[in-house]
Amino acid sequence: MNEAKARPTTYDVLREHGVDRRSFLKFCTVMAAAMGLDASAVGKVVEALEKKPRIPVIWLHGLECTCCSESFIRSSHPIAQDVVLNMISLDYDDTLQAAAGFQVEEIRKRIMKEYPGGYILAVEGNAPTKDGGIYCTVGGQTFLDILKETAEQAMAVVAWGSCASNGCVQAAHPNPTGAQPVHKLIHGKPVINVPGCPPIGEVMTGVITYILTFGRLPDLDRVGRPKMFYAQRLHDKCLRRGFFDAGQFVEAWDDDGARRGWCLYKMGCRGPSTYNSCATFKWNNGVSWPIGSGHGCIGCSEANFWDNGPFYQRLSTIPVPGVESTPDQIGKVAAIAAGVGVAAHFGSFLVKRALDRRKEVAESGDRESRGES
Amino acid sequence: MSTQRVVVDPVTRIEGHLRIEAMLDERGVIKDAMSTGTMWRGIELILQGRDPRDAWAFTERICGVCTTVHALASVRCVENALGITVPENADIIRNIMFLTQYVQDHVIHFYHLHALDWVDIVSALKADPAATAALAQKVSPHWPLSTTGYFTDVAATVKKFVESGQLGIFQNAYWGHPAYKLPPEANLMAVAHYLEALKWQKEIIKIHTIFGGKNPHPNYLVGGMPCAIDLNSDNAINIERLNMVKGLIQDAIHIIEDLYLPDLLAIASFYLDWAAIGGGLGNYMAYGDVPQNGVGDPSKFRFPRGIIMNRNLAEVLPLDPTDTKQIEEEIAHSWYEYPAGQGSLHPFEGVTKPNYTGPKPPYEQLDENGKYSWLKAPRWKGNAMEVGPLARVLVGFASGRPEFKEVVTEALGRLNAPAAALFSTLGRTAARGLESRLAVHWLMEEYERLIANLKAGINSTADTSKWDPSTWPAEAKGFGLTEAPRGALGHWVHIKNGKIANYQAIVPSTWNASPKDGKGQHGAYEAALLGTPMANPKQPVEILRTIHSFDPCLACASHVLGPDGETLATVKVR
Repeated sequence: MNEAKARPTTYDVLREHGVDRRSFLKFCTVMAAAMGLDASAVGKVVEALEKKPRIPVIWLHGLECTCCSESFIRSSHPIAQDVVLNMISLDYDDTLQAAAGFQVEEIRKRIMKEYPGGYILAVEGNAPTKDGGIYCTVGGQTFLDILKETAEQAMAVVAWGSCASNGCVQAAHPNPTGAQPVHKLIHGKPVINVPGCPPIGEVMTGVITYILTFGRLPDLDRVGRPKMFYAQRLHDKCLRRGFFDAGQFVEAWDDDGARRGWCLYKMGCRGPSTYNSCATFKWNNGVSWPIGSGHGCIGCSEANFWDNGPFYQRLSTIPVPGVESTPDQIGKVAAIAAGVGVAAHFGSFLVKRALDRRKEVAESGDRESRGES
Repeated sequence: MSTQRVVVDPVTRIEGHLRIEAMLDERGVIKDAMSTGTMWRGIELILQGRDPRDAWAFTERICGVCTTVHALASVRCVENALGITVPENADIIRNIMFLTQYVQDHVIHFYHLHALDWVDIVSALKADPAATAALAQKVSPHWPLSTTGYFTDVAATVKKFVESGQLGIFQNAYWGHPAYKLPPEANLMAVAHYLEALKWQKEIIKIHTIFGGKNPHPNYLVGGMPCAIDLNSDNAINIERLNMVKGLIQDAIHIIEDLYLPDLLAIASFYLDWAAIGGGLGNYMAYGDVPQNGVGDPSKFRFPRGIIMNRNLAEVLPLDPTDTKQIEEEIAHSWYEYPAGQGSLHPFEGVTKPNYTGPKPPYEQLDENGKYSWLKAPRWKGNAMEVGPLARVLVGFASGRPEFKEVVTEALGRLNAPAAALFSTLGRTAARGLESRLAVHWLMEEYERLIANLKAGINSTADTSKWDPSTWPAEAKGFGLTEAPRGALGHWVHIKNGKIANYQAIVPSTWNASPKDGKGQHGAYEAALLGTPMANPKQPVEILRTIHSFDPCLACASHVLGPDGETLATVKVR
């Protein structure tokens, strides 16, 4: 962390806010637990918050729908109030900012100047690149310019949601504005992709608090997503997985299988190709998640998920296991269909599907195809 | 003639990207104004060629603040095109999600987007906690967090935060501006409730999670709702889920009745001068919603449908969504072009060909005589209209609905204000609270409707008889209307051979934030700003008050589409 300018530490601020040491330690324990750390890590959390200042955060909005901001304020641990008042210094965020107009732009420029290399740039949405970026302007300046200018002196860039991480809906075919995700536009800076439409609130606050707590960025996978939240397929942790293995499927909306909560694979569920924490944390403090409430996953955290549809078309044409199949038999069927072994599961189909899609999509050069298995 | 131009860009505490340019006369009064949407995404163009059953998910992403409303309009327009009638339970669950959205979104708007136009956080530092507690108990006797100790803690939090020197989102604002009139105690109370409301909004929205799996962006379904009901299943809507919904509604009633409304009326009582400012067009339009007998029977909507012209509450004009001459969009001041000779087009014939003719960024100002916005100018029979909470409340009131009369009359009585006070910035802000009160009680009534059906053994949530595209006609057109929290929302779809041939949405903020039309008629924001005196042009508190009273949503407003197979024109940047 850049210590260019002395700033009050998180602990200082908590203390100033009347939080005693005992409460502070309790807070650290809860936060460590929220991040899935074991008890031995609590000491590190305490140390980080005692020494690190409240880091300035500039939160930009490009082409987006603000669902990420809404999700952020849905976070239950920590709650948004704690993050904004006690953990970071949210100096620029046009959705919540009290000031408007030139006073706001002044703030952004001042933070860039006063904290070079010492602020986090959070980006919600992405930048239109077509026609000189004219499809999104703020204060008379194109968002594309603002993004590049603000990223220049940032310590790290957090790309909130699928818009910033991989393009999302406005980048779906035919991408009328030439919308590009952050990592395609910003180079030479760490970019943390936090995909999802939106990401889960606790995932968002988790990414921020991880950085504050450990003074480093979370470990990322090969597409820049924090491993702690995006390492596992929903299908592997789904409460309905048992029904998949037993060959019990919803065949039509509101049928007997739907009422019993059977597997939604035949209704187009993207759980088998989606990496996210929905099955683990669930949504809105664990109340439910899409599959839990009867609709298949649409794969909203995967790149190009809008062009991997239609959503209600099942993922694969491989034979679906019958009611009498055992898990072992299912494995065999998948292996024969895929031809590359049990581990591939639906993998080879997805690769082919992605390649087919690339041919269809006009701007294939701007897209990523990932055959994950 | 001396003219000063005030530019506010970005307008903050809204959804999306909005720019306001206001021209002041020599007395500092706004004599002309321009509302500019500065973002365009082209979502309807992206919809072409896709499966109409997927459209709700795409259109839902038009906006994450008023999440669900575009999904609802979308499934309704596809169902309308395909001749699908959803089961009553699906309508009820949609109503429950709709009303939940109202209550949550309106509370967030009041406390987190709008309050800072009226509440001076820095002044709260001077408040006496004991006097604040006395004020709070007087304002709302049934709200429990009103002790001296509670306000002492809140005051300490504010003090330490301000003294830390890291003011975050509250820095560089207009604290101390003469337009702020609340006493320190009222400011402290409002700051405390800003934080309470922030905690609560994430709770009430769990109703969306129960029925739709997540929020923002819960799931919908053409033909019904995807959440099956089975009282004998632990994997469907059952008594545990229903109890949670009921508990959340009870909490919401408490928040609306004992926090939001008392705060709204208390703050309004200090700003009655704003009941004479910001009235604007005086033309109001509501599509109506919350069906009791299906979407095909608007006479049974809880929010009635209708038009009010020229502030005439004695007459509610009919609105016919099937008449293609009533609603049309113009582009005289919008960065688009139409085929030669066409001044306005109905959404079924809508054309969207972007044609940017503004200055090359970075720019200082736009030209009010030329094209200046990414928003089109929708008009009803050629008239500019205001949509939103005030329009809904006025249409309900003027239609003689007793529940509307009751809440309006009571509020006006408590503020000792005449009915004309409604046609104002303050009236718009008050109407949002008044309809929240209606909405939260309707929410419980809709829940009871669902329970009554379940008692009668009616469990169905989806009609799948026309799920398979092979059952569809080769060609079909449909429309879906709803009332988003910000106002009248319509989607129009044209389905050909199982795919979307054309899709168009006309959204509330396009009506309200629209630029001028070919006749030079201002949109609702622009009209509402005219005649507003500004104390200090460098601190646009007055502009923010009126613009925020509409609750702008610009991601919604700058949607747009192109006709069948048309490619977008090259945009010239000069």
